[in-house]
Amino acid sequence: MPDLATPKIRLRGLTKRFGDKQVLDGIDLDVMPQTSMVVIGGSGSGKSVLIKCILGLIEPDEGAIEIDGQDVLKLDRRGREAAAARIGMLFQNGALFDSLPVWENVAFGLLARHKASRAEARARAGDILAQVGLAASVGELSPSELSGGMQKRVGLARAIAARPDILFFDEPTTGLDPIMGAVIDGLIVDCVKKLGSTAIAITHDMASARRIGDRAAMIHKGRIIWEGAAADLMDSGNPMVDQFTHGRREGPIEMELRK
Amino acid sequence: MNAILDALALTGRAVIGAFRATGRLALFALSGLSHLLRPPFYGRMFLRAFVEIAYFSLPVVALTAVFTGMVLALQSATGLSRFSIESAVASLVVLSVTRELGPVLAGLMVAGRVGAAMAAELGTMRVTDQIDALATLSTNPMKYLVAPRLLAGIIALPLLVVVADLLGVLGGFIIATLKLGFNPGIYLANTVDFVQTGDVVSGLVKAAVFGFLIVLMGCYHGYNSRGGAQGVGSATTSAVVAASVLILAFDYVLTELFFAR
Repeated sequence: MPDLATPKIRLRGLTKRFGDKQVLDGIDLDVMPQTSMVVIGGSGSGKSVLIKCILGLIEPDEGAIEIDGQDVLKLDRRGREAAAARIGMLFQNGALFDSLPVWENVAFGLLARHKASRAEARARAGDILAQVGLAASVGELSPSELSGGMQKRVGLARAIAARPDILFFDEPTTGLDPIMGAVIDGLIVDCVKKLGSTAIAITHDMASARRIGDRAAMIHKGRIIWEGAAADLMDSGNPMVDQFTHGRREGPIEMELRK
Repeated sequence: MNAILDALALTGRAVIGAFRATGRLALFALSGLSHLLRPPFYGRMFLRAFVEIAYFSLPVVALTAVFTGMVLALQSATGLSRFSIESAVASLVVLSVTRELGPVLAGLMVAGRVGAAMAAELGTMRVTDQIDALATLSTNPMKYLVAPRLLAGIIALPLLVVVADLLGVLGGFIIATLKLGFNPGIYLANTVDFVQTGDVVSGLVKAAVFGFLIVLMGCYHGYNSRGGAQGVGSATTSAVVAASVLILAFDYVLTELFFAR
């Protein structure tokens, strides 16, 4: 039985600076097992850097990143690779490998991790494509032949292919029409529930945030300034969150037009 | 006084920047090479890169070699005639092609074609998050993208240079026999008599080094590109320029090593 009382992901004092810009400034965040956390925040607020730090793509300057109680920053290379292998990621633009057909994109992690034969991986890719509402024949296409919505579905299929226990979603509905956005959100919720995964999604799309998230947090200038139930996002009582979620020009958040 | 300090600071920053860039490049190269020795190995990626470098560069290298051999025969015949030693045309052509022009011209052609393509491909993968995606799929991008290409470059360039050597000599032979009136048998005998194993081998070693440099520059600039389409464009330019300059610089260094007495 999984331990549902210990945070699946626990961040403490996470800081990251690029040159003289403090991108993360002491992030503390707990994400409980089998829940979905939505992180909202303005452009350049540090959301993507936060996710990349957890993924191991960016090394934070200070702080701790615990997954199942284990600080991954203190692990050796193999330990970190093993921790990263438990995470699936849906990138904002899909980040599909355009030199490979769709089925090989979906099965890439299976081939890399589990040493499945190509025939087995191909058959499994067809099954996973079906889970995200795509026909197996789509597997023969090149990513460039797909629409934006289909690319997101393929990206989602690739993210869930190895049945990760943690899933990250970077702006999952960006560039999609509202109906397709809702479809992708529905698929994300289904996949997360079916896998029993813990999810972190970063988004600007408030409708998407409420559909995907159980919990929500807002990041501003590298700090978490609010955390609560995703259902409370539009009525959080925090002036900064309210300004952001309602898209008001006036409020405590001043747009930095030039820096 | 302030102007002097500013100038010193500027110079210092430039020197430190140059050392930093050299260090980054050296670490990148070492990392790429070290992945060649540690599994997993990506044979399909190697084959893809090998075909791209060796097979698809063949026409441009072949044409360059033939015309270079032809021009060399023509130029050397007119030049050597001033000293009444036209008979040295065959030896001059074969030595020039095998030692120098074969590897250098093949290297420059491949740098323009393959180095640019690699920088553009890896640069696009970088700016569209595909390289990050590889890392999230338990695949080391250096091992998957860079190491197979480096190996392909090191192996493919010498093979291309073998073809360039043969076609360069053929180009010289065609002009010498059809235009300059040389006896074909004597021309070929002179060619074979004068060329030594060391001439060919030195050219092939140069080619392997040039192949490594071309791929290294293409991968390094592409892998580290930033800033969208413009970043990919400048990565491509930098890859070709850096590879071309390095080919000429290393050509001198290797020539010094092989032939200086």
